[in-house]
Amino acid sequence: MPEPEIVIESVSKRLGTKQVLRDLNLNVAAGESVAIIGRSGTGKSVLLKHVVGLMLPDAGTVRVDGVDVPSLGTKELLELRKMMGMLFQGGALFDSLSVGENVGLPLREHTEMDETQVDLVVKEKLHLVGLEGVQDMRPSNLSGGMKKRAALARALALNPKIMLYDEPTTGLDPITSDLINRLIRRLQERLGITSIAVTHDMRSAYHIADRIAMLHEGRIHAVGTPAEIQASTDPAVKQFIEGSAEGPLLPT
Amino acid sequence: MNETEAERLADRAPFRFLLNGLRDTGEVLILLGDVVRELPQGIAKLPLVVQQMVAIGLGSMPLTVIVALFTGAVAAVQASYQFRDYVPMIYLGTVIGKSVVIELGPVLTALVVGGRVGASIAAELGTMRVTEQVDAMETMGISPTRYLVVPRVVAATLMLPVLTIFADVVAIFGGYLVAVLTLDVSGHTFTSGLRLYFHLRDVFSGLIKSVFFGGIISMMGCYYGLRSEGGAEGVGVATTHAVVASCLLILIVDYLLASFLFRVLFA
Repeated sequence: MPEPEIVIESVSKRLGTKQVLRDLNLNVAAGESVAIIGRSGTGKSVLLKHVVGLMLPDAGTVRVDGVDVPSLGTKELLELRKMMGMLFQGGALFDSLSVGENVGLPLREHTEMDETQVDLVVKEKLHLVGLEGVQDMRPSNLSGGMKKRAALARALALNPKIMLYDEPTTGLDPITSDLINRLIRRLQERLGITSIAVTHDMRSAYHIADRIAMLHEGRIHAVGTPAEIQASTDPAVKQFIEGSAEGPLLPT
Repeated sequence: MNETEAERLADRAPFRFLLNGLRDTGEVLILLGDVVRELPQGIAKLPLVVQQMVAIGLGSMPLTVIVALFTGAVAAVQASYQFRDYVPMIYLGTVIGKSVVIELGPVLTALVVGGRVGASIAAELGTMRVTEQVDAMETMGISPTRYLVVPRVVAATLMLPVLTIFADVVAIFGGYLVAVLTLDVSGHTFTSGLRLYFHLRDVFSGLIKSVFFGGIISMMGCYYGLRSEGGAEGVGVATTHAVVASCLLILIVDYLLASFLFRVLFA
């Protein structure tokens, strides 16, 4: 049986005085879409940053496509990241560049494409996320939803094998959220992109995930298909998916 | 010493200050090593370097010119006051020329540009850091050192000497104007004094210093900007640190370079 595309093995991470991740294990198979749910501040984004090598674990390891991420040097890490795309919570578009330049940046940096080809790919990616006619606009002139979609187009520019989404629908209206959810699902189904999405939006998790993993107290507390999670009798899982203030999960 | 004792000791203010200083020094040296390693690829991004040269050089020009003009003017007033009754006024041009090219031109330009450019770099990179733009760059396989740091360091290192040359000329002109218009010194006397004991090595020493100052300003701006954390407050702290560290290092390096240049190289 082939090794899963992403293997997170016994990862622990301490930030300041807080033990954020404790001996955490999670596997994601190639082409699979996993949503990581959990309360704010439980370390979901920290976990995502370990996958892409922006953070190194204190203990344990992360393997992506068979490569041990923490052991990579800067150059190898930059190479590995070319096969990954990440959508950041706020989009993280570069303010100093136009939307078109943002989307085209990875192409200009990593491919031999000439300007005409770059322009074509930029238009294609922006079309894919439902954004047209915004190429020359500055990110500051876009709405929250448009920023997220433009950032998604940028993350997809190099046709990544793996996509990581950090709170893809946070701060968006329900309609734009649904649009983003459909887009993520479509990318996974049509292009076979392996994806991990960190979210506390249960609607989004049900929509985009093949499996949902709940992060609680630094560990994967529960994992299962959306149906299994919905049917879970675990008090913490129930409390979270029902969005109740009463239960084992205390306010932070 | 057990861990608790070590932590308690590290928590004491003087030790914390020392430890932070050591950490910052080490991290700046690591960043400097990265800059040197990525220099060829960074320079290859010529449009970025040119963009920074315009922002740093051209953008700082008005401020530099105004500061230099008044520096030269006040140098003339102060020197003439101290020369009165003791030193012939022909030496007014000499002392203004030498003090400007060796010290006032490079150092005051660096301090002014350090405030303006150091703060601007730290704030820009700090904002990019806290809004995850730097993380996004890394996840795209683009090195922030190559893309953000090298162009700024190269541009500042090249533009500081250019600004210093302008500052030298304008400051001497400021001194000339004050001497001729208000101190009853003829233009010929001033320029004769300026040529007296003029050595090209004095100008070069000032320009060598300004190269180092340009490196310091941009490195401090980039270093503190890239390690910003915690939102707007963190960016503010980074900006303050960048400017304070630039100013302190400019004065310390000025002393070290002056000792080397005038006691060893040109001795």
